[in-house]
Amino acid sequence: MNAQGWRLALNALVLIVSLLLAWEALFAVVGSQAMTSPLATFRYLAQLLATPTFWDHVEETSRAFFFALAIAILSGLAIGFLLGAHRLSGDIFEPVLVSFYSIPKITLYPIILLAFGLSLPAKIAFGAIHGVVPIAIFTMTAVRNLNQILLKTARVLRLKPGKIIVSVLLPAALPEVFTGLRLGFALTLIGTLLGEMFGSQRGLGYLLMTAIGLQNVPLIMAITLLIVLFAASVSTVLIVVDHRLHRRMP
Amino acid sequence: MKLTRSVYYRFVLIGGFVLLLELLCRSGVIDRLTMQPPTDMVRDLVLLLISGKMNAAMLKTFVNVAVASGLAVIAGIALGVALHGWHAARQVLEPLFATYYAIPIYAFYPLLIIMFGLGDVPQVLTGFMLAVVAVIVNTLNGLDRVSRVLMKTARVYRLGPIATALKVTLPSAAPYLLTGVRLAVAYAFIGVIGAEFIMSRTGIGYEISFAYNNFDNRVMYPLILLILITSIALNAALSHWERVIARRRSRS
Repeated sequence: MNAQGWRLALNALVLIVSLLLAWEALFAVVGSQAMTSPLATFRYLAQLLATPTFWDHVEETSRAFFFALAIAILSGLAIGFLLGAHRLSGDIFEPVLVSFYSIPKITLYPIILLAFGLSLPAKIAFGAIHGVVPIAIFTMTAVRNLNQILLKTARVLRLKPGKIIVSVLLPAALPEVFTGLRLGFALTLIGTLLGEMFGSQRGLGYLLMTAIGLQNVPLIMAITLLIVLFAASVSTVLIVVDHRLHRRMP
Repeated sequence: MKLTRSVYYRFVLIGGFVLLLELLCRSGVIDRLTMQPPTDMVRDLVLLLISGKMNAAMLKTFVNVAVASGLAVIAGIALGVALHGWHAARQVLEPLFATYYAIPIYAFYPLLIIMFGLGDVPQVLTGFMLAVVAVIVNTLNGLDRVSRVLMKTARVYRLGPIATALKVTLPSAAPYLLTGVRLAVAYAFIGVIGAEFIMSRTGIGYEISFAYNNFDNRVMYPLILLILITSIALNAALSHWERVIARRRSRS
């Protein structure tokens, strides 16, 4: 590892230690009625991870998240490429996408429940509508801002359309598209969990909701910790890849 | 002109979509239990607003959003300025900011309820937590772009650190700060409404979920429409202001 790598690792370590210390300090202030200490939470989480019924919930959430992410990525890329390639459509729909991004989508949840019923498709749809927008916006911008010289060169070389997409368009747009995918990942996760918090009988979101009803603080803390750990670690990996891709481009 | 043409097409398309929805609802393809015809939604919304039944809930939500976004803007700019001056702390916190929006903030709402009870505090805090990092990041971004000449001029005039911040750096970073403000309002809105929806005793989010649980579509759809209109209008107004300032900046 080079000097910069060591420095980044040290910074991450300092951050994690200070977050744990802040948690411990907050615990000392608010007391065991309102939250559990870091050590107790990790221990409770380990206990949860050893119970088979908990894995049923994890599996349910993972399945919903997987399908939601697949739909968000596929439709986001398709919408983004179409709107990016066709200038007028892009101009027409960009403000619509941006407004959709900024509305509290949770208010649309009743409509989705009425349309899909209390089932897996409702959660998937809710996760997907959260994730699709950033992917579409970033893909559209990436395709629009493509260097025209690349396309001209491809035409001079008489590449076939399929070949142009695979070996020119995709590599050139990839860094921006990847940023969109990274944000889409995070928002789809949030959407899926939110979807599970209402009108669902299984999954981590449902478990969280029942834990609030029962005032089960250790369970709330352990699930929150698990979600945060998962989201933060995946997103860290995605950020590293994102930086690599961006640095590779001139 | 191209811009007006796209605006025109946008209105035609949205109008066409609403018309289609109206026809599908009126003809019974979409039944009344699933969706109300758009004209009914608008009529019910007007009636609901006139009746004043929702005034208390609306006031509650708007005050909470205002408090959450106001606190986020003040704290975010203050923290942004502080971190801009304290390089080591910024380096440590940078990865936190980068992953922050990947973390579902709503997951903390149950904890906040247990800590503070079911009052306004958990909702305001959820909105605040969602909004504050966007303000910090945009403040740092703006401060990074203040030109060196301006800072040198401030030093030549022997301005103190506070006078430099108020008279030179913050005005110069204004467009970025405004982006932070716009995001803060949008995120605070999302946070407060979401928190109300998940669990609360008042507010528009609560009224929507209450109406949903009672299959009261004649209240639910107008309220959803109200939220959509409010958030889109707020966002459009703030981004318009942002563009005006950016244009003025590029001209001078």
